[in-house]
Order: sequence, then structure tokens, then C-alpha cells
Amino acid sequence: MLQNNSEIRYLTPPSVEIRKKKYCRFRKNRIKYIDYKDPEFLKKFLNEQGKILPRRVTGTSLKYQRKIAMAIKRARYLALLPYVTDLLK
Amino acid sequence: MRAHYKKFKFLHMLNRYETVFIATPVLSEAQMKEAVEKFRNVITDNKGVIIHEEYWGLKKLAYPIQKKSTGFYQLFEFEGESSLVEQLELQFRRDEKIIRFLTVKLEKYAIEYLSRKRAKKEESLKEKEA
Repeated sequence: MLQNNSEIRYLTPPSVEIRKKKYCRFRKNRIKYIDYKDPEFLKKFLNEQGKILPRRVTGTSLKYQRKIAMAIKRARYLALLPYVTDLLK
Repeated sequence: MRAHYKKFKFLHMLNRYETVFIATPVLSEAQMKEAVEKFRNVITDNKGVIIHEEYWGLKKLAYPIQKKSTGFYQLFEFEGESSLVEQLELQFRRDEKIIRFLTVKLEKYAIEYLSRKRAKKEESLKEKEA
């Protein structure tokens, strides 16, 4: 009887969300330079309106977030990427 | 001592730069070639050494510039003193055929990346030939 009480029983097994840990892809792949002439790559860091995604979404480290931002802004200046749009992807 | 070092450094400072410019789509291919030749000469006349150049051709712009939706893109990678960049940009500003230009100083990782990219491209070209 006592033993039964200590055991908690669920009707449905509790779902424990296992969130995958984010990582910085530049650190992981040892990429040191981000090319501003490659708009297809830079698009991974933009949302549909062409805004730069925050670090908390992409998991990029601060050092490389700064470099991405710089590369995106250079690409925008050279009209390789738009400043504002809808439905980029 | 320090001042002396700085002066020395300044005199012999050769930097690697990369310039991309966009010319108006109004030009013909021959006129575009002429314009490229002109800026190539600006670089070499100011003691610059061209390391690499790329012609991207007529490309669509992501947004209109001076009411134009396309433009000819050209890239130069070169080595030279900082005064050369001033000269080059002055020429870009004077030339009304150029609608946009950007010069970037390349740091060591950028140089590494670009040379590796070039080597890879050459390799793939060779493979195609073989």
C-alpha cells in the first residue's frame, strides 16, 4: 500500500520536451569570413521581410552575428539583397 | 621610437582591397569593356597590382537604383596603398556611368577565403576540361 502511494501514475505519459541545443554554425564549421557577395547564403539569416534574424533564433555567437550584419548591409548596398520586401523566400 | 615605427609602417603599407561597381544597363557590351579598362588603368597607374577580376555581367538589382532595375557588375581585387583607393573612388564619383560602387579592405581571413575559393574554381575548371 505504502509503496503504491509513492509511485505517481499518469494516464498519459508526460511529454518532456527535449530541445536541441542551439549552436553557432560558424564556430562549429570554423568559418572565419562571411562573404557579402553570396546573397543565397545570407538569406538564411533574414526573415521574409528581409530583416536580419536575431541571435536568439539562429544561435549565432555575437562575434559572427556582427559579421553577418555587416555582410548583409554590404550586400544590400550593392543591391544583391533588398532593404525591404515581402515574401523573400 | 613609437612614432618612428608608425612612420615606417605608413610608408610601406600595402593593403589588399576589393571593389565592386555597378554600371548603368544603358551601355553596350563594348562600352562596358571600355569602362572596365579605364578603371583597371586607374589602379595600375597608381601603383596598384590587380590580383583578380570578375565580370558578373548584367544582373537584376534587388531594388531600383536611379530608376534602373538592372546593372553591369564588375569586381576587382587589388593590392595598393590607401591613396589609391581615394583616387579610384574619385574616378567612380566623376563617372556618371557608374551607379554604385563599394570598396572593402580585406583582412587576412578574407584573403584566405578568396584565394581558396579561386583555387577550387580552377580545379573544377580543370576537371571539366579533362
